[in-house]
Amino acid sequence: MNIVVCVKQTPDTAATVTVEDGKVSWGDAPLVLNPWDEFAVEEALRLKEAHGGEVTAISLGSEGATEALKQALAMGCDKAILVSDPNFSGLDSLQVSRVLAEAVKKVGEVDLLFFGRASVDSDTGITGSQVARRLGWPALTLVAAIKAIDPGAKTISVERMLEEGRQLVSGPIPAVMSVVKEINEPRYPSFMGIRKASKAEIPVWSGGDIGLTETLESAVTWPEVFAPPKIETQCEFVEGDTPVEIATKLVDRLVEEKVI
Amino acid sequence: MDFALSSEHEMVQNMVRDFSRKEVYPGIKEADRKQEMIPSTLPRMGELGILGICIPVRYGGQGMDYIALGLACEELEAVDTTLRVAMSVHTGLSSMTIFQWGTEEQKEKYLIPLASGEKLGCGAFSEPGAGSDFAHIQATAKKDGDGYILNGEKMWISLASVADFALVTVRTNPDTDKASAGLTSFIVELDQPGITRGDIHGKLGVRAGSTGWIAFQDVRVPVVNRVGEEGEGFKVTMSAFDNGRYTVAAGATGLIRASLEASVAYAEERNSFGVPIADHQLVQAKIAMMAREYEIARLLYFKAGWLKNQGKRNTYETSIAKHFATDASFRAASEAIQIHGAYGYSDEYDVERYMRNARGAMIYEGSNEIQTLIEAQYALGRRKDRALRCELPAYDPEYFQSPS
Amino acid sequence: MTQNILVYIDHFQGSPSSASWEAVGAAKTLAGELGASVTAIVVGAGVEAIAKEAITYGADSGVVADHAEFAEFRPEPYADALSKIAAEADVLLFPTSGRTRELAAMVAVDLDTGISPDVVAMEIDGGAVLSTRPIYAGKLLSKVITREKRPQILTLRSRAFPKPDPDDSRSGDVSSADIAPGEILTKVDGYSEAETGVSLSDAAVIVSGGRGVSNNPSLTPPDDITDEKEQEVWRAQAGFKLIGELAETLNAAVGASRAAVDAGYIPYVNQVGQTGKVVSPDLYIAAGISGAIQHLAGMRTAKTIVAINKDGEAPIFKLARFGIVGDLFEIVPALTQALREKLDK
Repeated sequence: MNIVVCVKQTPDTAATVTVEDGKVSWGDAPLVLNPWDEFAVEEALRLKEAHGGEVTAISLGSEGATEALKQALAMGCDKAILVSDPNFSGLDSLQVSRVLAEAVKKVGEVDLLFFGRASVDSDTGITGSQVARRLGWPALTLVAAIKAIDPGAKTISVERMLEEGRQLVSGPIPAVMSVVKEINEPRYPSFMGIRKASKAEIPVWSGGDIGLTETLESAVTWPEVFAPPKIETQCEFVEGDTPVEIATKLVDRLVEEKVI
Repeated sequence: MDFALSSEHEMVQNMVRDFSRKEVYPGIKEADRKQEMIPSTLPRMGELGILGICIPVRYGGQGMDYIALGLACEELEAVDTTLRVAMSVHTGLSSMTIFQWGTEEQKEKYLIPLASGEKLGCGAFSEPGAGSDFAHIQATAKKDGDGYILNGEKMWISLASVADFALVTVRTNPDTDKASAGLTSFIVELDQPGITRGDIHGKLGVRAGSTGWIAFQDVRVPVVNRVGEEGEGFKVTMSAFDNGRYTVAAGATGLIRASLEASVAYAEERNSFGVPIADHQLVQAKIAMMAREYEIARLLYFKAGWLKNQGKRNTYETSIAKHFATDASFRAASEAIQIHGAYGYSDEYDVERYMRNARGAMIYEGSNEIQTLIEAQYALGRRKDRALRCELPAYDPEYFQSPS
Repeated sequence: MTQNILVYIDHFQGSPSSASWEAVGAAKTLAGELGASVTAIVVGAGVEAIAKEAITYGADSGVVADHAEFAEFRPEPYADALSKIAAEADVLLFPTSGRTRELAAMVAVDLDTGISPDVVAMEIDGGAVLSTRPIYAGKLLSKVITREKRPQILTLRSRAFPKPDPDDSRSGDVSSADIAPGEILTKVDGYSEAETGVSLSDAAVIVSGGRGVSNNPSLTPPDDITDEKEQEVWRAQAGFKLIGELAETLNAAVGASRAAVDAGYIPYVNQVGQTGKVVSPDLYIAAGISGAIQHLAGMRTAKTIVAINKDGEAPIFKLARFGIVGDLFEIVPALTQALREKLDK
């Protein structure tokens, strides 16, 4: 099977994120493979191990933004491609999905395209569906388990995690999938993989390489980022001699403050 | 000169950090309280290749360099010292020493299962009556046909109760002029009649690890298991310490970092006199000390690791690195407790464990007094490195990484 | 020219979500400022009544795409239908759910326009909707606007906008868009049981447990559980039972910290935080949660936070309105009891 995983480089989730001069800053926190994407990479690798084939990681980012791709390679992806062009910086999801769809087309015959459920920075969770729409492939989002896949018959059946419970859906491949955390436990990179990744020359595809040379115009703009207003809470500690006394006092306070 | 870590080294660091934070950290407090090892830790370290990180691929290892070994030790001990202790004895004292001094047959038979994590190794050198005065150990081996008969007791041996093999140094000749010339080293399979072993409980630190004793009573060891020549045991053991001490130095550096990070977090969070305690200069002084000593300790072990990569002797540099980092890790942990106040004194926070864990490393693998003597001898010009018959191989990526 | 605001009414097999009515209410507010009309859109099978219900919540009219093949939601045919209906709209609002996120994303591609998901606030700026949405799991907020393209697509985070009271006296036209789905590639084979009682995203009250729930040494696991890890999980599950009882008393959802989920105490669906669900309930009770930055990012906008923790210095107390320094195994059952008495349950 020919599998592609779209990955993104994001600041570590433990980072303290602030706004400096109107721009997002994460201090000196490291950039990592978007945590959600690790599950996508892992699932792609498992499918490859079970059915053979190749896994290619693709990332759209600025020149040199290869940490996420290196991590994907170190985990065991066969190839990594950085899609980078001055024309591609600061795009909205409408255009990002266009770039990624063209990049996937350039990879060739692809059976499955994986995404993490969202990226932890912009947190939109829509790119996978948009790429699916552009490719005309079914979108299987929020997948918690792949129940069956038949590469010969080109069918797949998955379990999706929805608010109402787990939904079983089947459909044809190629398909686009976004995966949730329950799907697997991502592996650590192996030392062998680390060596391979650190030596890898990661090819860069420019706009010209994927046939997108015109100026891409985002539909949305982001006039402002700001820190949420500081929540001014003074914690009122509820005390008492026994748990029952403390609990009763708390309930009384919650009623007084009309919380319950 | 280049102070930057390569991307390979950075990835090694992240991988080992992820493993220890995710799989070990959540259970470590409980294991430390119970004085038990977390059963899954060593098998996982083997499976992931950490135990064989710097052993060539052809011998079952991962073929990374000695800096990678140091970085792994730093990350492991930043979570708990017991993890790094496993590296010191399994990787440093036994695997690397067999790699350095062992015959091809010994490497095939013992190094491969050790480096791949299938089997565990330890180094059995200290005795109830001899540690720093190593030349005067009492355990003996007597030649008997195509083998030796071992007798005696080894003590303060990490992984004693769980290891499959031990590198053991004993006296084969009681009549040499210099006591050190009468020692010989052997690889001993620990699962055989005549060997009894057990764990020591009630230690101050490293409580989630195994430290114990091994007693040999008429244990037969074949000649092919002798590491080096008869009489080379002292040199073999000192090589083992050059390897083990390096891991201790790197690990203690991680412990300084753990104390520093815990202190920074707490100092920003805790208020006194209306401001975060990080605003107080006396707290800042403690944090500055930890930061400074972390940087120094790191440079020292990097230098020792670099020398190992070059295939150069590093007894002096490794001794300094171990001495400085272990003393500094105890200071850092102690000051971290001070910053945490009464909370630091309770095991709700990690820093009291850091302090208890730091203390042992000032004693084992050559007490820091012994390190002082080594440093002085080199500084006074009274000690010169002489080429060993078997040096630790330099790091040659091609040799280390090719499958055969 | 009057602007045209469409609101997509999200429903699960014919039951509209309460967040849909919040979206109708928000649309109505926008309509007032823009001088626009609000049309509720429902796609499904036999859904005319839902459109009528939307009118009682404030929509001026309704449009339904009703077809037997629409009975089970699939994003592709729904997006086909919606893209036709919304092609001329100025604003297209959705309540946020797993379904609408993919649906809105696809419609945005079809209509070549911008999308702002998970919106928590809206204002009018130069005749367009300037929305505010959390990024970095709520550590920051970003303003988003689609200036040129139409429709402007926004999905509104549930509980971020007030739910209007229905007014049965309101009336309006419900028309039918004559749209038949084309070939549908995927097939819904069924559902397994939902794993939680009350869903985290909709819950007005959430009771969450952290790693601390396993920390009850006085509980002795049964003899047949000998593995240490299993014993710990057994203890934790006993702890979560207490959390569950408190939640039940408050008709609340059960949440958990990442540490508790990673340790295998409770399924991932319950995770609150940056890599779990971001929630905004009226009351959030955190028991045995110290308050790692990832967790705080997921619940900081709760109106009232109650923290129960053994460590009085835990960061969670910095966000809490009420704090109890104590053992959750004593406090939580006492709280359940006190609430039962107060609420007469």
